[in-house]
Amino acid sequence: MPTSESVPVTTVEHTKTNSAIRTAAEMRKDFPILARQVHGKPLVYLDSTSSSQKPYAVIEAMSTYYEMYHANVHRGVYEISEEATARMEKARVKVARFINAHRSKQVIFTRNTTESINLVAYSWGNANITAGDLIVLTEMEHHSNLVPWQLLAQRTGARLEFVPVTDEGLLNLDVYEQLLQQQPKLVAFTHMSNVLGTINPAQEMIMHAHAVGAIVLLDAAQSVPHMHVDVQALDVDFLCFSSHKMLGPTGIGVLYGKRDLLEAMPPFMSGGDMIRKVGLRESTWNDLPWKFEAGTPAIAEAVGLGAAVDYLNTLGMENVFKHEQEITAYALEQLQTIPGLTIYGPDVTKRGGVVSFTLADIHPHDLASILDQEMGVAIRAGHHCAQPLMERYDLAATARASFYVYTVQEDIDALVQGLRKALQIFNL
Amino acid sequence: MSMDYYREYILDHYRNPRNYGKLDHPDAHAEDNNPLCGDQLAIDLQVEDDHITEVRFQGRGCAISQAAASMLSEMIEGKTVEEVVQLGKDDVLDALGIPISPARTKCAFLSLRVLHRSLALAGLEKPTMDDEDDQ
Repeated sequence: MPTSESVPVTTVEHTKTNSAIRTAAEMRKDFPILARQVHGKPLVYLDSTSSSQKPYAVIEAMSTYYEMYHANVHRGVYEISEEATARMEKARVKVARFINAHRSKQVIFTRNTTESINLVAYSWGNANITAGDLIVLTEMEHHSNLVPWQLLAQRTGARLEFVPVTDEGLLNLDVYEQLLQQQPKLVAFTHMSNVLGTINPAQEMIMHAHAVGAIVLLDAAQSVPHMHVDVQALDVDFLCFSSHKMLGPTGIGVLYGKRDLLEAMPPFMSGGDMIRKVGLRESTWNDLPWKFEAGTPAIAEAVGLGAAVDYLNTLGMENVFKHEQEITAYALEQLQTIPGLTIYGPDVTKRGGVVSFTLADIHPHDLASILDQEMGVAIRAGHHCAQPLMERYDLAATARASFYVYTVQEDIDALVQGLRKALQIFNL
Repeated sequence: MSMDYYREYILDHYRNPRNYGKLDHPDAHAEDNNPLCGDQLAIDLQVEDDHITEVRFQGRGCAISQAAASMLSEMIEGKTVEEVVQLGKDDVLDALGIPISPARTKCAFLSLRVLHRSLALAGLEKPTMDDEDDQ
């Protein structure tokens, strides 16, 4: 049973940002996979929005954990179990500090963003949403921030309304304000679109939602890895993100919540570790965050996530964001030189490092195959788990290139060269 | 490599699909999509005296899925229902004549799945092809 007190993160010294900014080219050496080849060509990885690659620091932190400290957490009274527990809880503090949570107990480890959203939809949703209540979402949501609310609406008889997306790829905030006048119980939206790259004005939207008494869940799967996100400045009620998109391992994600909300919520999953006292017919629940962490958690993954946070802190999130802005500007400029290429989403000042596009009559899947086989370029093709958004633009699919700390201009050049080859292959 | 993938005849079927369109009064019809990449496909069949007398398909998607549908439509026209029921993945792969990577099998076999579904819905064959069996 966990006994260590939740750590007040505000007292912890802020992580220093490394003043000597490392270039992406230097950083690439930290990512072993970027040295490999595919189809006899160097790998050009342009699918970080789907999942990022991992630096040695993360891989080694996890190996070291298994080599030196592995035991089950929160149970053993022996040395290595205590060490494992300490390492996992230290990772929680790192994550809490990274998003400026007031206390580390507000950071709940889940499997991923999807599970974090489901946790809120079941636990908070079932307890707080009733027939006729309004839930406001947007047309640009990933399926993971759409389907859990559809199911909640089916369970409870709640209504769903959607903020439309403009042709430019921005949320129609006039309609948002109108929907707020109907006093929704919950507003859930993405901080950054995984298709269009649009960065939504979260702070303003949250403030306006609070003004009408709504609770706000922010899908930060795409924002936390790429920009400085401060939950206290945003004043957000729930924030969800995944480790594997921010240089960390798969299998672990985060739900941040305001303390009073989390404490009032019933458990989601139940079993070991989340209990205070168990009887045959009833039980009482453990404190936050463990109330929501049933069963043996992803301990090595938590340690890996902690190492990823350290790595990002060393770079400085301002530098990460600035680098991606530069690469995105370069990509947009270069892609525009290709005849027949259509780019979706707003201009570079309103987007992160994601560029969705189509090329003439070449299906995105064909483009992805050609880029892979001819150039070793990995991009994503498809609906990107955002079918309603695809329908909004009357598209079956787009090709999507996305960037991260290790993306260099040469990667963009390879992409552009590959797209020109695709035009040749398709006799265009 | 990709030149194998995108041989002229595949691009030709993609750009100039055979039997494209729909029938006003089909004897068999089915449609489906490939959730992975959003490929869509609908097939209409006219069946007379146990023969497929007319085929039309409509769809949108990648070159592999649409070329496979076009080739399949040519393959089945004039065949007996019994012959068409027997068509399997190997027949589609033979027609495409290219190696299909695991990620693209759903594209390659979409039209075959829709074809068998249309016959099943019309009561002309038992539902045999497992929709999830084409990984």
